[in-house]
This record gives sequence, C-alpha cells and structure tokens, in this order.
Amino acid sequence: MDLTTIKQAVIEGDDKQLANLTRRALDEGTSAETILNDALIVGMGEVGELFEQGEYFVPELLLSARAMQSAMEVLRPLLSASSYEPLGKVVMGTVQGDLHDIGKKLVAMMLEGSGFEVIDLGTDVAPERFVETVEESGAQVVGLSALLTTTLPAMEATVSALREAGPVKVKVMIGGAPVTSAFASSIGADGYAPDASSAVALARRLVGK
Amino acid sequence: MRYHSLTIPDPQDLVFGRAPLPLACGFGLELGAGAVFPEVNFTLPPIAITDATWPDILAQYREMTEGVLLRAQALQVPGIVLEFEHLPPMTSRPQWGAEITAILCQLLEQAHEATGLPSALRATIVDLRHERRPPQLRDGPLWETMRRSFADCARAGGHILSIESVGGKEVFDEALLRGDVRGLVLALGVLAPRDMAWLWQRIAEIAEASGAIAGGDSACGFANTAMQLAGQRLLPEVLAAVVRAMSAPRSLVAFENGAVGPSKDCAYEGPVIKAITGRTISMEGKSATCAHFSPLGNVAAAACDLWSNESVQNVRLLSGSAPQAFAESLIYDCRLMNEALRRGQERWLRDLLVDSDQYQSPQALVISPQASVAIAKAIVAAPTDYQRCIAAAQTAAGLIREAVEQGKLRLSPVETRWLGRIESGLAGLPSDEGKLLEETAAEYANLFDRASYGM
Repeated sequence: MDLTTIKQAVIEGDDKQLANLTRRALDEGTSAETILNDALIVGMGEVGELFEQGEYFVPELLLSARAMQSAMEVLRPLLSASSYEPLGKVVMGTVQGDLHDIGKKLVAMMLEGSGFEVIDLGTDVAPERFVETVEESGAQVVGLSALLTTTLPAMEATVSALREAGPVKVKVMIGGAPVTSAFASSIGADGYAPDASSAVALARRLVGK
Repeated sequence: MRYHSLTIPDPQDLVFGRAPLPLACGFGLELGAGAVFPEVNFTLPPIAITDATWPDILAQYREMTEGVLLRAQALQVPGIVLEFEHLPPMTSRPQWGAEITAILCQLLEQAHEATGLPSALRATIVDLRHERRPPQLRDGPLWETMRRSFADCARAGGHILSIESVGGKEVFDEALLRGDVRGLVLALGVLAPRDMAWLWQRIAEIAEASGAIAGGDSACGFANTAMQLAGQRLLPEVLAAVVRAMSAPRSLVAFENGAVGPSKDCAYEGPVIKAITGRTISMEGKSATCAHFSPLGNVAAAACDLWSNESVQNVRLLSGSAPQAFAESLIYDCRLMNEALRRGQERWLRDLLVDSDQYQSPQALVISPQASVAIAKAIVAAPTDYQRCIAAAQTAAGLIREAVEQGKLRLSPVETRWLGRIESGLAGLPSDEGKLLEETAAEYANLFDRASYGM
C-alpha cells in the first residue's frame, strides 16, 4: 500500500479512514515503524507547515492530531516503547486566582498535537499543586498561564515554589496577555511564549528536542 | 416576555446616542436621549490582592476615579459612566467588591454635588461558577457568593448591575477550537440561553429589591474569545464573525428576563440587541486598544449610547495616568458624535464610521446597522432559542457570502473555504435541539451538568 494515502489522511484529519488504512497497511506487511516514521510523522510535519503558512487553523491542526492518535492506537501494541516516546511531559495550568482557561487549553492541545504528554491542571491552581504534580509525574516542563495583571504575583509565587521544592530541575515557561519576556526573566522562569505556536517551539527547546 | 418584532426595524434609525427607550440612572444621567457618554473602566497594575495590599488597592481605585473625574470636569463632559469590573477576589469576598463600589459611588456623588456632573456607576460581578468543571450553575457556594456580591454592590451604590456570564462556555471553548458548528450551536443556542434566563431573573430580582438597574450581559467569553483567536490567525475570521451573530440570541435572553440596559461594552452584539429591544447599549472599539485589538474600531460606535475603553491598567504615561488618558480619548470620541447629533448629522457620521470598516473584515460587516437589523429580524422570526441561534448564524454567513459575491468584501481562499464549511455545517443541523443533544452527546455530554441547565 502506498504510504502517501496514510500521510494524506493525516493531513486531512480523517480519523476513521486513517485507522482503517493503518490496519490495511499492517495486513499488507508494512512494519509499524515504517508507518509511523514515513507516513504519520511526515504527515504531521506537513500539517505543521500548512499551519505556519496560514493555510490551516487550529481546528485542522487538532483534527490531524486526533487522526494521528487513532492510528497510534492501532500501532502502539506493535511498536517498541522507544519508538513512540513522547517528546516530554508538560504540566499546564492557569495560576491561582485566575479563571481564564482557553489560552492555556489551546497551548495544551497544541503541545499534545506536537507529541508532548500534557497534564492539564485547569485554572486557579495553587503553587503547591504544581509542585506536587511535578514531583509525582516527573514532568520536565511546567507551563503557567495568567490573563489578569493581578495574578502575575501568583505566577512569581509558583515559580518560587517550584524552585524551592528541591531536586527536580523542572523548566518553567510562562505566557498570557500581561506577561512579557522581561517579567519571565525577573521571576526566574526559563522562557516566555507570546502565543501557542511559540509555546510549542519553546517547550521543544526546553526539553532539548 | 419574548420579542417577536423589532423596536428599530429600519437600519437608518439605528444610530448612536438615540434609543427608543432611554434610561435614567445614577446621578441625573439619561442615556439614549440624544447624547453619547463615555464609559470608563479601569483596573489594577500587577499587584496581589491580599489583606496586606488591600489598603493600597483602595487607594489606587480612589486615585483612578479622582483622576478620571478631573479630566471629565476639565473637558466639560456632559455625563459619564464608570464601570467597576470586579477582579475575582472582589466577588469571592463580597465585602471587598462592596467597599470599592462605595468609594466610587461616593466620589461620583461628590462630583455631582460640586459641579452638577451627571454620572452613574456600573458594577460588574465575576461569574465564579466556572471555577468548577463541569460548572454547577444554579446552586452551591459559588452562586451564593455571587448573589451576595450583586446585592452588596447594589446596596453600596452600584447603579447598574452587569455580568459577563459564562453558561455554556464549557462546551463552547471545546467546539470553538475544533471549529465545530454543531458544538457551537449546542453551547450558544441550547445551553447558554437556558442559563441566561435563569440567571437574569435572579439578577433582576436583586436589582429591583435594591433600587439598582439590571443592566445587561455580554458574550465576551464566547464571541470575543473567537475574535481574539482570529486576530492571532488561530481561527478563521469568518468563524469569529458568525459566532458573533450566534451570540446575539443568548445575550437577548437577558432582556427577556429583566435586563433593561445599558448592555455591556464588550457585547459587540449590542446593535442587534438595540434593534430588537430599543434599549441603550454600551460599545467599545478604537479607544479600547489599551485592552485589546480588533478589526472593528469605528463601526462599533455606529449605534452606541455609551462608548467605552473596555479596561485600562493604572500605569503612568507621559500625559498622566492611563485611565485619565483613555478617558480623554473617549470624551473626544463622544464630543464628535454629540456634535453630529446637535447638528442633525448623526446619520452622516454614523455612515462614515460604518463604511470605513465594514468591508475590511467580515467581523466588522456583521455588526453594521444594516447587518444587525437583518440578523435581528432573523432572530425574532425564529420560534426557539435554538432556531434563533441557527437563523442568526445563517443570516451572518449569507451577508458575508453576498458581500464577497458583490466584490465588496475580499476573503482569502482559506477563509472562503471555511465560509463554505460553516454554511454546510449550519445546513446539516437537526431541526430540534433534542436531536442535537443526542447527536453531540459523545463529544460534549461529559463537559456539562444537565441539571445546571434545567434538563
């Protein structure tokens, strides 16, 4: 079977078709690794390019990510663990006192679509909850969001709590309307992302991938 | 009550400063009776809101109000509205919100007594109910706290009560990011109107008991979220434009359950509300760049009765404080509109405001007086909230399609593709909401609590 068909189904975000095509390719003797590397990952790469070029918006990106997940469910039992390791684990949340959700949710969805494992703690998250979750999950990155000027101090308190927590050298990235690069530096965060796409690039950089 | 016809059926009559149902409020202010007034909203710079910082916070609100009133008096403004939009802790601790309300009200009253400046204070309470997921909308401690906050702010001198309520947003956010028309209609046409009816009956009761005015709501958390994401090229503009129209029936429900205006500044669906109800509206546009950007800075003013800056931080600029600077911008915007009203040239100025924006963006197009009246007519002709939402969306999509075909509005190929996708999505919707609930259950049922919507 021509792997271009599978790649195309990823680009079109056709989850039902993609799972069937993946099964068919396996039945015809194509290895799971080949389907993953030469069709699914290549397809998601093209989706990312279409997004960067303004041809795709977030909904298309999410559809393709969902389609890729449906194919991965078929492939996962056949792949060695190292073949499908996530790029990294990210704990996301909107800081204490702030109820704004969608910006953080968008970053979480785009991180997942790019191959990260994401633990989304929701909104109004206390510093100690971030610390506990990082300790329990072994996450390499924490993403903090805030929309209100009055919750920027909570962002600083969360970074301090994470730094004081001990041995885990977790990287912290921050974003939200009132946040700036200078503010990120001033509170000891490892990076600032002005939008969701930049957040994905920043997370990749923070985990060295 | 339910609206079945328009109070302003002719788009020519949908104009700034005049509303068929003017509203007297506050300290000698009358809205919609031939003048536009500034509505100034300000907020704190980065500062934690705690017991320790509370005295500083009170001092900042006093300083911001005094500064704005100084500019208002220096520029001889004929009237002014201040909006005190709570930050979450100010609703969570109702005594905090009431304390600031009392200070602002006292300063407005003093200015009125000293100089005769007509004024009113709008108190906007935070919808805390979405702290829980799924939100528990009709009972529980979060709603009880909000109810107390409304009542305390009204007692403390808040003349106009408002909220940016978020019933249905738990489904909306998901549907918006997916670009899923069915999910959007579920949120805005099925869930949100149910919550609005329940919530505004209660706000109206509180207002009546305390002598305050039940103002209006805003689909800010819905349509403005779409507008901001479209502004970042994360969503198509045509989707944001159609979502704007879809949000109007939801905001109308407030007026069918006790709200009397002025509607909230960030409710860009305001012109539709004004066309249907004849009530006064607040709008924001080019002078709200302190808070956010938009593609509709001029056209937004076309039918306003209050003209707002949305929100500005208390920071120092070269001229003075940022609240003072943006108050001055609003005052000059209003002066121009009021001079046009005085000369009987308001339609001429209104048309300039509309024509300078409406074909630059589909989002600007759908809030023009012409489009607003068309959308309003479609809404009142539909028998249910669900069908109102679909009718509003179809009308908006049709207006965009027509403007493109006439060569007036240019869309990129990708935006055109999305317009087609939205039209197909709307055409494929079931005829009743029960069927939609069934069809979308797998994707969305786990996101909302049916009892919170009276189901």
